[in-house]
Amino acid sequence: MRSAGAVAAVPSEAGGTSPAPPALQVEHLSVSIGGREILRDVTFSVAAGEVTGLIGMNGAGKTTLLRAILGLQPVSSGRVAAASGRPGRRSIGYVPQKVLLDPDLPVRARDLVALGADGARLGIPLRSSAKRALVEELLAAVDGLALLDKRVGAMSGGEQQKVLIAHALARHPRLLLLDEPLANLDLRSTQETVNLLARIAREQGVGILLSTHDINPLLAVMNRLVYLAAGRAASGPAAEVVTSEVLSKLYGHHVDVFHAHGRVIVSVGEEHRELGCELGPEEECGPGHTAVATEELMATFARDAP
Amino acid sequence: MSVWHTATTVWDAVFQAGFFSNPAVHSAAIVGAMVALVCGPVGVFTVLRGQSFAGHAFSDITSTGGSAAVVIGINPLAGFAAVGAIGALAMETLGAQRYRGRDLVTGVVLGAALGLSALFLYLSVTGNSTTGAVVTVLFGSIFAVSGGTLPLVAVVGGFALVLIATVYRPLLLSSVSPELAAAEGVRVRTTGLTFLVALSLAVALSALTIGAILSTALLIGPAATALRFARSPARAVGWAVAIAAGALAAGIVMAYDSYDWPPSQQGWPVSFFVVVLVLCAYVLPLTVAQYRRRLARRRARRRAANMAQVTTDSRDEHASAGGSASPIAAG
Repeated sequence: MRSAGAVAAVPSEAGGTSPAPPALQVEHLSVSIGGREILRDVTFSVAAGEVTGLIGMNGAGKTTLLRAILGLQPVSSGRVAAASGRPGRRSIGYVPQKVLLDPDLPVRARDLVALGADGARLGIPLRSSAKRALVEELLAAVDGLALLDKRVGAMSGGEQQKVLIAHALARHPRLLLLDEPLANLDLRSTQETVNLLARIAREQGVGILLSTHDINPLLAVMNRLVYLAAGRAASGPAAEVVTSEVLSKLYGHHVDVFHAHGRVIVSVGEEHRELGCELGPEEECGPGHTAVATEELMATFARDAP
Repeated sequence: MSVWHTATTVWDAVFQAGFFSNPAVHSAAIVGAMVALVCGPVGVFTVLRGQSFAGHAFSDITSTGGSAAVVIGINPLAGFAAVGAIGALAMETLGAQRYRGRDLVTGVVLGAALGLSALFLYLSVTGNSTTGAVVTVLFGSIFAVSGGTLPLVAVVGGFALVLIATVYRPLLLSSVSPELAAAEGVRVRTTGLTFLVALSLAVALSALTIGAILSTALLIGPAATALRFARSPARAVGWAVAIAAGALAAGIVMAYDSYDWPPSQQGWPVSFFVVVLVLCAYVLPLTVAQYRRRLARRRARRRAANMAQVTTDSRDEHASAGGSASPIAAG
């Protein structure tokens, strides 16, 4: 397992070819769980100040990859190097998909964000005006100042997402990991969250890696993407990766890529799973969702398209 | 003069002769204060983490320890605490890997513990014919705490408080989301185990005060009440301590008074008063809130009716000005 010491600090004055060191560098990473190879020879990097999408169907290994980056998943080979943030601070901020909490419990946004600054430390927290100011500043940065005293358990998915992002940014990480941040959101919250993430990446110089099975909401703000399929990854700008040629090589059989009304639909062989999966809030791009004719899909999206 | 007289009469009726000079009351007050101090924070985290079932299991496990202590002839609190801590370790090692497995393991450990305490209580009754010990272990008596137990109470309570204070922040974070805590470098398992040990010690102290069977009442009740209206977890801890201390203090006074009550001149058990007071503290705010809501709804309905009346009247005037009688005004 990767220990904190093994997180190599990327030297800041390296070569001078690139303006900023990458926030994350994953090299030849392989992960096996219970004898099954989940990730094979995955290589990509996340640049500081950029939004990178981690795209893949359910079961493609997105969560395993995020866990490996966080050091929670032992890797069989390869290397994960996260740029260190300010000295003494953790380099990676993490945003889980959802927090399950009884709405009756008095854990407010300000409590959760304050825990982002020192939640892993032992001892009783001391109240200070500096900390209160930090919490308010963090929530203001995610347009969540109105949520300050709202109970976390009583929040909507979009509100929780904001508070969790503020929590993750409390220690000024260089890298922000988000697990399916768009999964439980309605269309408007999705757009808000995407714009917010793009703004945070730009303004705070944070490298953002977010997993999603729907590529489309990200198309406008995503600088690069990492496409996971069958445990392998292809990375680069969306236009270069999401092509029939690259994806067919990744999947090992023929894959069609369609563009319709500014949206991308990937049709994977017989199963016809697509990335623009918005057939319903409950509908997932899982193996259960199969054999939908491509024409039908396109018709669905044509109706959705603005 | 008369006000002063009434006040002293009430005071004397509540705090009967010898209350403040009774050594049993003194040690009960000290034990009660310590128990409230420990049960507040531990109880709040028990409710936050949804582990009140584990707390209940500990109360059964500690009854095993207490009854074993009676058979062997050692201090019941030592038995409560030792067996509780062993139970915490057992529950953690058996069930920590799977979250859903935790409840099942708790249930299995619990059944075995109750069986053992049945054996020990049987042995103690048939061996020494001390039925009083059975009642003390199962239902407790804060007045029966001997002065020699006080240092042990202080040590057990102090240790539980130190444990909770040490892991306070990681524990709060992992109560909100174990996944998030793990991602931020919290040792979720160690934190959870530390809490379980603190929980077992709190239950042991509570068992000493109000008995093994009732011990969770003092742990869960005040915390659940406090979490209902407190603004933050830290404030909930303070309120839970205050409610537990209040219930214990009032319980001690009432039990002391009850020596003069029927049916016999033996006094009612303290545990009864404490548990009833804890229940009242939980239920009363709910009832008051419900009553207030109903009152507000009725007021709103009346206001709406008045508004309707006003509009009807104005329409009525308008209609009269028009020269025709309004059917609404007639009704």
